[in-house]
Amino acid sequence: MRWLVLWMLLFCPVVLGGIEAREFASADEQERYLRFTAELRCPKCQNQNLADSNAPIATDLREQLYRLLREGRSDDEIVDFMVTRYGEYVLYKPRIEPRTWLLWGGPFLMLAAGMVVAVSILRRARARHPTGLSDEERTRLARILGDESLR
Amino acid sequence: MSRLRLFIPLLVFAGLAALFWKGLSLDPNYMPSALANRPLPAFTAETLDGGAIRDTDLHGAPALLNVWATWCPTCAAEHAYLNELARRGVRIYGLNYKDDLQAARRWIQSKGDPYIANILDPAGRLGLDLGVTGAPETYLLDAEGVIHLRHQGPVDERVWRTVFEPALAGMGSGRRAP
Repeated sequence: MRWLVLWMLLFCPVVLGGIEAREFASADEQERYLRFTAELRCPKCQNQNLADSNAPIATDLREQLYRLLREGRSDDEIVDFMVTRYGEYVLYKPRIEPRTWLLWGGPFLMLAAGMVVAVSILRRARARHPTGLSDEERTRLARILGDESLR
Repeated sequence: MSRLRLFIPLLVFAGLAALFWKGLSLDPNYMPSALANRPLPAFTAETLDGGAIRDTDLHGAPALLNVWATWCPTCAAEHAYLNELARRGVRIYGLNYKDDLQAARRWIQSKGDPYIANILDPAGRLGLDLGVTGAPETYLLDAEGVIHLRHQGPVDERVWRTVFEPALAGMGSGRRAP
């Protein structure tokens, strides 16, 4: 146990050394930094965002992002900066534009199509097995229920 | 009508098969340059041999812009083929990306110099403007400095024949015969 603690302490500085210290002017700026590093994709490593990646290019882009934030650029300007250099690829959250309408609307189209299919199946099933009772059945039912109530 | 409906699963299967056939044969690592068909970003920089260079200096004829660094093992593997291309008369500019100046000079001295000039980019700022993701990367520029394509990874004979030669032929300008 003691050795384990010692071992863990030994690695502490290494881990801390890998974290970039950033100073932000405001909590809002920090929030935007964290949001962008989560939403921007590392161009080198395919399935990691900027925050998770240790690739040199991700480090550079975090640095650049920080610089842009300190310069007071707006969210749109930052996204434009990244997209003109690295393409739409870097956006984990694609922009809503004609080219991506299908992408954004697809799930809703699928849901609508599924509902149409489900409703048509239900309708057809109901048409095949009508649940309404005929007059004869209704009088029989009344009789049975009446008998029940006499007991 | 109900007979035809029996074919719906077959059609769905055929559609999905076509989709996966196409989708799974794509290279997930292929990433076209966001700067394709756009001019080289404007820059002024120092060169490896102490001169100055700017974006318009690369104009005049089709050229390659090769991003390299001494810390990049693949660049070492690629270098011999770049020398070969230079011998064939291909114009190659280098972008020495986030590198150590002395190490880069030693590299050129020992491995040969296929480059017309080497742009120094010690901080990677020009690389960032170009959308460089790592080294080696090679951009194909036309005579007006417009980026036609970007290739990530080493350029070798196969890549030259399948990627660069067709693009050069497509430019229609006088490509120098190998």
